Amino acid sequence: MKAVLAIQRGMSGEPPRVERFEVSFEAGQSVLDGLRIVRQQADPSLAFRFSCINANACKECMMLIDGDVDYACTVRLKEGVTALAPLPKKALIRDLVTEIAPPDERLRF
Amino acid sequence: MSSSENNAAIDQPMHLETDVLVIGSGAAGMYAALEAARAGASVILAERSLIGRGGATVMAQMTVAAALAEQTPDHWEHHLSDTLAAGRGLCDEGLAALLCEDGPRRLREMDDWKVGWAREDGHIKQAQAPGHDRPRCAYVDFLSTGPAVSRALRSRLNSAGAVRRIGELLIVEIMVRDGEACGATALHLTTGRAVTLAAKAVVIATGGLTGLYRRNSASSNMVGDGYALALRAGAELIDMEFVQFFPIGHLAPRLVGMDPIMWDPFRYKLGGKLLNAEMREFETDYVDQDSRSDGRYVLTRDLATYAITKEVEAGRGSPAGGAYLSFQHVPEAEMRSAFGPVVDRLAANGIDLTSRPVEVAPIAHYHMGGIRVDAMLQTRVAGLYACGEAVGGANGANRLSGNAITEAFVFGARAGRNAAQRALQACSHWEPQAARPALDLLRSADRRDAPNLAAIVVELKALMADGVGPFRTADKLRAAAQAIARLKTEIGQSPVSSATSFDTVLVDWLDLRNMLLVAQSVTLAALARTESRGAHQREDHPALDETWSVNQLVSLSGGQLHLGRSSPSRRRTLP
Repeated sequence: MKAVLAIQRGMSGEPPRVERFEVSFEAGQSVLDGLRIVRQQADPSLAFRFSCINANACKECMMLIDGDVDYACTVRLKEGVTALAPLPKKALIRDLVTEIAPPDERLRF
Repeated sequence: MSSSENNAAIDQPMHLETDVLVIGSGAAGMYAALEAARAGASVILAERSLIGRGGATVMAQMTVAAALAEQTPDHWEHHLSDTLAAGRGLCDEGLAALLCEDGPRRLREMDDWKVGWAREDGHIKQAQAPGHDRPRCAYVDFLSTGPAVSRALRSRLNSAGAVRRIGELLIVEIMVRDGEACGATALHLTTGRAVTLAAKAVVIATGGLTGLYRRNSASSNMVGDGYALALRAGAELIDMEFVQFFPIGHLAPRLVGMDPIMWDPFRYKLGGKLLNAEMREFETDYVDQDSRSDGRYVLTRDLATYAITKEVEAGRGSPAGGAYLSFQHVPEAEMRSAFGPVVDRLAANGIDLTSRPVEVAPIAHYHMGGIRVDAMLQTRVAGLYACGEAVGGANGANRLSGNAITEAFVFGARAGRNAAQRALQACSHWEPQAARPALDLLRSADRRDAPNLAAIVVELKALMADGVGPFRTADKLRAAAQAIARLKTEIGQSPVSSATSFDTVLVDWLDLRNMLLVAQSVTLAALARTESRGAHQREDHPALDETWSVNQLVSLSGGQLHLGRSSPSRRRTLP
């Protein structure tokens, strides 16, 4: 099966652009699996947060998936296009990474 | 990034000063930070991910072993004798005794901090886990031990004024001057800026190395970076060949949103039958090899891994290449009472345990080896401490279920307090020159054409799983060593970069620099140990050899790894 991930990319302050990546997948694989495949096979500079990979314990992989806020590790890949974008109400850092750390755990320059 | 932008981000590093720098914010790092602050030191807690979210703690699901004597009479000496037996002659007995003796105090402290240990009839409930002689393992329902521990410690940290928590800070190098640790150089991931940290004591709490393996139960950032930092700072590593494979990691069908090691607690509570392709229970076939097994769910992890692998090799594996785990004999009501909402999460994954078994197979889970420390949790580099899974020695050749979180609490608290006591008496050895080599390394990053580093990480994990996995031979280990050397050449001497902020390519390069050094250390020690013991199984040397009742030490000098030996540290007997 093939999924197309349409991913909003760019740095804070840049006009966002959407890039499309096709990934082969097996039934049951997650959107996070798809993003990791994109980094391994197409573009290692793609930025997204994740730590625990599969357990939904770290809660870092939250993003906008087809317009809904959700975890990339629990939403499954589907055939056709899936649109991915950074969280809309958080400051953008790059690609799908937003500023989600509690304010007193950030370093300010 | 133009080279001038790059230089600006690196040439004007932010500089921070503290008494104690703690690297890593799993249970060990958070406990170390709390205890160092309690002893009166200022503390920076640095975490490459978000505070309390990465590492292994948050992934833990169930058991935390300590002789609380709540469920049944117990004494820490009994816990120690089980720990030493599982370690098969290689435990550092002083560290193991510290773990067992101090464990109950820390579990009760966590209870005071509202971790929420499961209770029954007014007492903390303790489950029986393999290798323990009695019910000894506390837990938080349902499968929530790790998140509950993280939450309780995070909430303590929020109210500990002396601890400055900094997430998204990747430590690149620990600075040593005049033989003493004096701070670290780091990369701030979100801005791409360099940060220098002056500290009078440094505590490594970065966890283990299971992220070096294809199938593992770790967070993505458990790639042995603390071991590499320690080696380059001049510390020694011990027992690097002992990687624990958790026998019943989830294999099929695909399960999302749950930890692959979740079936262990199911077995503690509900039994559960491990079946081969003939639907026959086979664990008992392997029991006679372990004098501590009595036919219940007590087959220690090394033996269960062996049993499943041998069944697969004999053509009796499940379709996906593991074993079946069946709970079909358990009534649905009992399952729901034991696991409540987890049953619904399984249903969302299309898994109904009452109607069919799942498939499981060994998965890299924990590393018994690690940084060599003394009784003060200090390395041979003055002022450099380690705690938690990053420490080697306490568990010898095989770790008991339940000892990992306990050692995180106990060693974390001890290392934090010892580091603080040292820091409060010492003057700073920091000088800016100490950071220069690490800053030069970061400055040399460029956007050259390079192989896809994310793909190289995958390649390394595959070759470690296939060549340096649970069952080893000299030929496979030599081939793995050659492949690791080739990957070292492929990544080159200077970092690759791709962006000014959240530079995933630069992080992969810095990780690979560490991972390859650590992979080399594991392979070197595994090749030298020509026997089978605990988690290190050599198919070309299948028996335990008493002459190998020694620990192997790895050190780095002149850019080369060196292997040494020492006798296991025995407990001092009281007069």
